[in-house]
Amino acid sequence: MKRLFVLFLFILSAIAVHAQERPAVPEKSEKKEPEETRINALEEQVRALAEQVALLRGELKALRDAKSVEPRSADHILLVSSHVEPGTLPTPALIPAAAPEPLPAQIAQTQTYGGATSNAKLLNPDISLIGDFIGTAGRNTISPSRSLELHESEVGMQAIIDPYARADAFISFGETGVNVEEGYVTFTALPAGLLLKVGKMRAEFGKVNTIHNHALPFIDRPLVTNNLVGGEDGIDDAGISLSRFLPAPKNWFFQGTAQVYRGDSSDVFTANRRQDVSAVGHLRIYRDLGESTNIDLGASYARGHNTAGVGTTFNPDNFLTNLYGADATLRWKPLRRAIYHSFLFRTELFWSARDQLSAPTGGFFQTQHAFGLYSDAEYRVNRRWTVGGRFDRSGRATNASLTDTGFSSILTYWPSEFSQIRGQYRYGHLWDVLNDRFTNANEFLFQFLFVMGAHGAHPF
Amino acid sequence: MLFGEIMRNANVCSRFIALIAALTLLCATCPPPAHGESKLKIMTATTDLAALAQEVGGDKVEVESVARGYQDPHFVEAKPSFLLKLQHADLLIVVGLELEIGWLPPLITQSTNPKIQVGAPGYFDASRYARILEIPTGVVTRAEGDVHPLGNPHYWLDPENGLRIAKGIQNKLSEMRPNDAAYFAQRYDNFEQRIKQADEKWLAEMKPYAGRKIVTYHRSWPNFAEHFHLDVVGYVEPRPGIPPSPQHTVELIGLMKRDGVKVIAVEPYFDLKTPNAVARDTGAKVVVLMPSVGGEKETIDYFKLFDYDIAKLKQAFDATK
Repeated sequence: MKRLFVLFLFILSAIAVHAQERPAVPEKSEKKEPEETRINALEEQVRALAEQVALLRGELKALRDAKSVEPRSADHILLVSSHVEPGTLPTPALIPAAAPEPLPAQIAQTQTYGGATSNAKLLNPDISLIGDFIGTAGRNTISPSRSLELHESEVGMQAIIDPYARADAFISFGETGVNVEEGYVTFTALPAGLLLKVGKMRAEFGKVNTIHNHALPFIDRPLVTNNLVGGEDGIDDAGISLSRFLPAPKNWFFQGTAQVYRGDSSDVFTANRRQDVSAVGHLRIYRDLGESTNIDLGASYARGHNTAGVGTTFNPDNFLTNLYGADATLRWKPLRRAIYHSFLFRTELFWSARDQLSAPTGGFFQTQHAFGLYSDAEYRVNRRWTVGGRFDRSGRATNASLTDTGFSSILTYWPSEFSQIRGQYRYGHLWDVLNDRFTNANEFLFQFLFVMGAHGAHPF
Repeated sequence: MLFGEIMRNANVCSRFIALIAALTLLCATCPPPAHGESKLKIMTATTDLAALAQEVGGDKVEVESVARGYQDPHFVEAKPSFLLKLQHADLLIVVGLELEIGWLPPLITQSTNPKIQVGAPGYFDASRYARILEIPTGVVTRAEGDVHPLGNPHYWLDPENGLRIAKGIQNKLSEMRPNDAAYFAQRYDNFEQRIKQADEKWLAEMKPYAGRKIVTYHRSWPNFAEHFHLDVVGYVEPRPGIPPSPQHTVELIGLMKRDGVKVIAVEPYFDLKTPNAVARDTGAKVVVLMPSVGGEKETIDYFKLFDYDIAKLKQAFDATK
């Protein structure tokens, strides 16, 4: 060991001596002259470039000074148009003789798609928050909601991922927890006109299932959503979606969508095993009836496993829920007055075929066939006011003979594009499970919505 | 029931993978309808950009706009019928500066056309070639209304910007179709010559009205006003995108009376009720100007757009001397 240590020291000393003996100085002196020359040349180049930059800056400033105007007053953030005193006509702005090129200032300016940016935020996604405050008054013993609540704060993050994909994430903060409402990547550059989405998303089952709370034309969701299609969250699951435009007659638009999900969507579908995936199919048919009017039709199908067989002597794998949907939307929006007047009528029909046992404790295998629908109409009276109404009727998925009915009238006020105040009177004739009878619910709901940041547009 | 039984007895996962595979196969065997290879298909966000693209592209291009000339370009419905057109486009020309933020992004994403995705060679942001005004310099908040943080997007209403955009389009078309580069260059040269001549005429026509104060409904006219030496002193909207309020209207009436403003320019998609009320109180004249090609049947191209607006403005100024 001692010998090894001595040997190690000897090698170290030899290396040090060898290093000291290397003719470093003469070598440096040999290289010094060409290096200095090179540095001097580079310095010259830098000086020349700096002069050119200064010259160009000066020219650019002169051009800007000639064209730009000062803000009218300090409290105006935006520039108002040019201010020219009467009788003092400036030199006519001649169009440059040389072919104009993209303006350097504009090219240098940070520009990303879909949000205000600065250099520091260059690659950040567009971030938004939508607050949804709901208040409820009146009587509802069946599904009472809280008197006042910040029902949801939806944080949206949207960005282009790379040349082939973009991503959207919507995280919903409620008063009781956090939920990833949607988070998916969309591949936009696939061959054969395919559009692929992967992640957690609202299923393409009808219309209302795809719409976020803040984009609904009413405060609550229709009765049929609650009874047959999973309530507020609806069919919202992790999965894969593939869609494509289909061949269609002239002036018609056909789109087919096939989706496969893990199989866990609220109380509609539950995956008992890994292979218990759920599936959704949707066909959309659209046609412009004119410049201002269009019709949008859809047919949907969804299937997945449910929990009815869990804990029974039956095989839980045999308990399925099949959902069928049909939707129709008629829109009218005159282009010249689009911000003042519009009309929309929509109806959606749902059929549920749910496998279950005839009684909670056992009995025989049966399939409950329940039906439900809603119809709503809304009319934009002017730029700030919209009136609407909705009719609801729906059986219950587990007992189709119990049919809830309701209607609502809705009034919406828009202080601006970024806030909304809405009131809704809601009547319900609802089955009271505890007392085994129907009961009436009369409620007044009000809602304040506010938008912060750049919230990207939702699909039409 | 039979269907349910069949599904129940099958392997669910493999069936749906097979379904997706079948759909993929269907897609592969049903390619999009063939379209002419000889002409470049150009989609534009607005009719003005379509007019400029047509000027440069001539008969080598097919151009169509999503928005109509009489439509508020901030609020266009992203209808599926546009998707079919965007799906086959070789080039998409957008105004940019977030003018189309409320409707174009979903259309682009759903178009399934890789050529026109943001950043792809077929995506052309015209704002990068234009001189932009009203770029906010302070803290930008929605308290200022629907401000555009990257600047005012109504920049095409300046013939100089029209020329700049046309040059950019010429370069882009030449890049996409090098064999037709000489044709596009010749078309651009011709356009340049005509727009210069027209601009001299327009400037001469507007010279007597230089410095005249006007009020506009929305902030659509800064480039136009600057080019033709008009002075926009107020707006019918209290803030961009915010409907007129009674208080602001009273203030506007006071401002117009104080400054002797006699012309209120309104875009065709805004209601005339408030401008007319203000005009009655101030003795001003309301004039509906076209911010875009195709807004009226006379405004069939970029030249006719300025012809129309200048003629209307002159009439209004002359009527309120």
